[in-house]
Amino acid sequence: MEVLIVLLPLLGAILAMPLGHTGGARAAEVVTSVLVGIACFLAWITFFGFWLGDAQPHVLRLFTWIAVGDLVADWAVRVDTLSAVMLIVVTTVSTLVHVYSIGYMHEDPSRPRFFAYLSLFTFAMLMLVTADNLIQLFFGWEGVGLASYLLIGFYHFKDSANDASIKAFVMNRVGDVGLALGIMACFFVFRSVEFDVILDAVRNNAAVQPFGAEAAVPLDQLQIGFLDRTPPALEIIGILLFIGAMGKSAQFLLHTWLPDAMEGPTPVSALIHAATMVTAGVFLVCRMSDLYAAAPGASAFVTFIGATTAIFAASVALVQQDIKRVIAYSTASQLGYMFFAAGVGAYGASMFHLTTHAFFKALLFLGAGAVIHFSHHEQDMRRMGGLREQMPATFALMLIGTLAITGVGIPLVTLFGAPFGFAGFVSKDMMIEGAYEGIGEGAGFATYAFVIGLLVAALTSFYSWRLVFLTFSGKWRAPESVRKHPHHVPGVMMFSMVPLALGAVVAGIMFYSSFVGDGAGRFWAASLNTGDTYESIASTADTGGEEPVGVDTEQTEGAAEPTGVGGHATDTAHADESHGAEAHGEEAGGHHEFPTWVLVSPFVAMLAGLLAALFQYRGGDPFRPGLIGQGGLLYGFLSNRWYIDGLYRRLFLEPARILGRFLWKKGDEATIDALGPDGLSRITSGGARAVVRGQTGYVFHYAFVMLIGVTVLLLMILL
Amino acid sequence: MIAESPSDVPWLTLITFLPLVGALFILLRRAMSRDDEQHLVDQAARNVAFWTTAIVFVFTMGIYFLIYDKDETGFQLVEQVNWLGQGITYKMGVDGVSILFVVLTAFIMPVCVLASWDSIKTRVADYMTAFLVLETMIMGVFSSLDLVLFYVFFEASLIPMFLIIGVWGSKGEKVLFGRTISSRVYAAFKFFLYTLLGSLLMLIALVYMYLEAGTTDIVQLLQYDFAPGVQTWLWLAFFASFAVKMPMWPVHTWLPDAHVQAPTAGSIVLAAILLKMGGYGFVRFSLPMFPDASVDFAPLVFTLSIIAIIWASLVAFAQEDMKKLIAYSSVAHMGFVTMGLFTGTQQGIDGAMFQMLSHGFISGALFLCVGVLYDRMHTREIAAYGGLVMRMKWFAAFFLFFTMGNIGLPGISGFVGEILPLIGAFRVNTWVAALATLGMILSAAYGLRLYREGVFGVIKNEALETIPDVNKREGGLLAVLAALALYLGVNPTPTLNVFETGTDYVLARLEAGVAVAETDAAEPAATTTEPEGVH
Repeated sequence: MEVLIVLLPLLGAILAMPLGHTGGARAAEVVTSVLVGIACFLAWITFFGFWLGDAQPHVLRLFTWIAVGDLVADWAVRVDTLSAVMLIVVTTVSTLVHVYSIGYMHEDPSRPRFFAYLSLFTFAMLMLVTADNLIQLFFGWEGVGLASYLLIGFYHFKDSANDASIKAFVMNRVGDVGLALGIMACFFVFRSVEFDVILDAVRNNAAVQPFGAEAAVPLDQLQIGFLDRTPPALEIIGILLFIGAMGKSAQFLLHTWLPDAMEGPTPVSALIHAATMVTAGVFLVCRMSDLYAAAPGASAFVTFIGATTAIFAASVALVQQDIKRVIAYSTASQLGYMFFAAGVGAYGASMFHLTTHAFFKALLFLGAGAVIHFSHHEQDMRRMGGLREQMPATFALMLIGTLAITGVGIPLVTLFGAPFGFAGFVSKDMMIEGAYEGIGEGAGFATYAFVIGLLVAALTSFYSWRLVFLTFSGKWRAPESVRKHPHHVPGVMMFSMVPLALGAVVAGIMFYSSFVGDGAGRFWAASLNTGDTYESIASTADTGGEEPVGVDTEQTEGAAEPTGVGGHATDTAHADESHGAEAHGEEAGGHHEFPTWVLVSPFVAMLAGLLAALFQYRGGDPFRPGLIGQGGLLYGFLSNRWYIDGLYRRLFLEPARILGRFLWKKGDEATIDALGPDGLSRITSGGARAVVRGQTGYVFHYAFVMLIGVTVLLLMILL
Repeated sequence: MIAESPSDVPWLTLITFLPLVGALFILLRRAMSRDDEQHLVDQAARNVAFWTTAIVFVFTMGIYFLIYDKDETGFQLVEQVNWLGQGITYKMGVDGVSILFVVLTAFIMPVCVLASWDSIKTRVADYMTAFLVLETMIMGVFSSLDLVLFYVFFEASLIPMFLIIGVWGSKGEKVLFGRTISSRVYAAFKFFLYTLLGSLLMLIALVYMYLEAGTTDIVQLLQYDFAPGVQTWLWLAFFASFAVKMPMWPVHTWLPDAHVQAPTAGSIVLAAILLKMGGYGFVRFSLPMFPDASVDFAPLVFTLSIIAIIWASLVAFAQEDMKKLIAYSSVAHMGFVTMGLFTGTQQGIDGAMFQMLSHGFISGALFLCVGVLYDRMHTREIAAYGGLVMRMKWFAAFFLFFTMGNIGLPGISGFVGEILPLIGAFRVNTWVAALATLGMILSAAYGLRLYREGVFGVIKNEALETIPDVNKREGGLLAVLAALALYLGVNPTPTLNVFETGTDYVLARLEAGVAVAETDAAEPAATTTEPEGVH
């Protein structure tokens, strides 16, 4: 059955184009949507098996893909809790996006191609999440990259779309170098690329014997040679794999492709660049959670990059004018949250937010798509406004999405044992609490992540409400031609947003207990590390953080810093306001008690952002001078995206061109050729003349030389 | 001891010399015809060439699937008759290392004939004859089990290739030392100089080997232990020849010129098969016959491979000519091959072999794609194209597929041939692996740039408005190539297993070589080629 989940979208992708030719675009649309819909239905059955029942994790092996010596990689469908969660996220959003696109793309002549790509993407993503080895994961990883490339460049007559699609593919490849090296390192150390083998070894701290090693060494003491250094094996593997995740999930330094990817049709942004593909990096870290739990340095790196991305992307989102770019930066920022949660060991919270985020972010994107569709493909919010009256249903849906992403809820109140609030409220709090807990456990950069987590909650609230105010309140600032004849939003588009809205409201409360609450240990079973990760590490790593129980934050500063790459001002800034933390419960996967201020702070931050946005944009006037002075230094810094894009262009793209040309003209032609064949012919008198004489001359010449050779040989033999 | 199982029927001789019979047919037909029958002769030449290559293909398939035992190590279908005496015999045979190259050759040749069907209009009979002769020579290279026989085929294969570039190459002129010469002649000239140098050195080495071992029987030489000092010189001599063929940096500059000048089918056969003779040479001779030297020289090969990958990729990125871009990309891909071979690991060697096979299909198909455009527009300038997807949907789809294959997208054969050598390299030296992996980024950059500027965008060149999509013949060829690349990408293991039956012996010899190097290393002034391991 699970094999069908994966293969049905592939079937749809294959059928779409021929169907489009013979049965018309509608046939292609319906068939692909139905096939993905069936896959979605089956995925939910699978998920329910793990959620409510007692389904056992299993691997369905199709056939061997690559087998050379010790290296064996199968085509397989791995079904465990982690992949079941991803299955429902991917197929649900994909089905709804398929349906939505029937409405959104209804004027496009290349619809069959569009639906083929959507289904192809879904297939590749499912292959990724059901992989049982790193190489199949890499197949899905590159496959979604291909689909993303094709869909970003879907409008292939637009230069900007083509630029964006290439940028996305190449930036991802930069990350993939890390991932590929990580896979090689895994094989080198474990002599296998299968998750079960690798993770079992890590869990048991098994003694492994890498290639060329004299003897087997326990993993926690194993160091391998890498680029003239000898880092601990698990740390370097963790870092390399995470570099891959940084590319795919648009994390700081490898993020620049994601905003540009908004060139693709909006349903694509919802499916690929918000809900699913970009979460593949988070999935990878969670899939390898046992390894990261045993690699405090790599985890600190994950936390640092995640937190930095969270604040970077949120800060840039503050000043974006393009509605899709606001949401795109918001996505990068939310992914940053997920990473720092994973980095501090709160893998359950990370997966929880991945799930809830898929619902509300897809909802926001599809809502934005409806707005864009309505106002004749206008994406600039300065020419929107006042749409609340025009499209009340869309407004209501977008409002739900905004309430969810900003984390609206009532702190300290529970419903069915879960925190009471929208999906984003529940999951975001879990991540921030996870970071707080990480401080106590000595996780690297946990304080940094905690402070940023709170700060970004405020920023998220600000830019999200800014978007709502600019789009829906005030006056409609579109040109008159648009205002006279807005595009009606088809019913399928509205309909497909409803399930997402439902998810954005209830997913938090519904999944709380299993994902992060008391049932987490049973729910995730072995598929995710839910234990108190940093306890076991304290004894092996030389961080000085040997006191995981009942320490206050002041002391753990010392524990957090040595693991990381240098201390941060925020660490100390935070220490002052922190009162002694209460003792944490240490039972694996259990619920922890947090001081009230920790539980209330995200809510306060959210409220602050909302009030600031209300103060600034209440009237829906985008031009009103305000908190961040337009044209000021800070504004320029933010609107130029911290100048990173320009820097990359100057540092990599342009030099690559110049260097390529230089090696070609000066290297190959002016040096190698001049010294080699051309030079030789100049020396051998008459060489150049021989060239002019004509081609047949040479063949005989050549044959003659060869004959002489053979004759000499024969003579030597016979004599 | 290497097993040899003889064959009652001289199958290898049959498929090797059948094309020569076809060539004679064409020449006879022309000799018997009147001057005004030129077009009839041309058509007959096409038909004879196609049917001959097709029959060879069918025979080869039969041999591969019915007669050849794919699980067996050692040489099969061995034929041996006395030839020159004194230990030099006419000996043919194939094993896991060579059989798939025989299959590849038999497959690519009819593709070449079909690719030339309409695009070659002058001296068709000569052209087809050249191709048939070429097939004989290549088949001979891959199935010879005697060094002298190998050498004759190896060198003779250049003559028809030479003619193909020199006579049917594209028009264009180039200024060299103040003289204006035809570009295709310049390209042929370059080809000549490089190969001459390489093969003369190999010839000398060959004579030395004969004098020392007393035989030129490859099977016996594979089991002969040359003294380490001797190995060094022999290795270098063979290296000179194979490095040029591969081609490795810095002796690669003949390849872009040859590709640009050659007609489409010439480029296909050059990229798909002729380059592979270099890699085949390394696996057949350098690694197992001179294992100690191979281990010693591995750092050199790694260095050159890395330079080739990065240098050629960067140069490819800057190209304005489609064929040159793909040619430079071939140089980069061959860098993965040489790197993989000299890792001395099973993943590295088998992966490199697989890369050679895969590259045969993918780069062959890419050159075919460029040929499709060239036949229609008579230019290879990237800037002359753009917006092709608007007019050539099937072409755009195929070109995308092969571009992705070239970039190394998993699921297409190129990936297997890229990741395995990298995995092998990581086991030996992480610097090599890390630097080579950068090729992944660069190949995406130049591949997608070509696709974007050629196929995407809007039509700027008015002549493109009426460009027809691929016809049935072109579409069929591309579809077959795509199917093969996809099959090898999804299910490469049976193929890898065949390679394994041949490379196991190579690996065993190399491991013995490593052992020697390690005992050397124990003494103070010896080179250290010990793999990086646990510290």
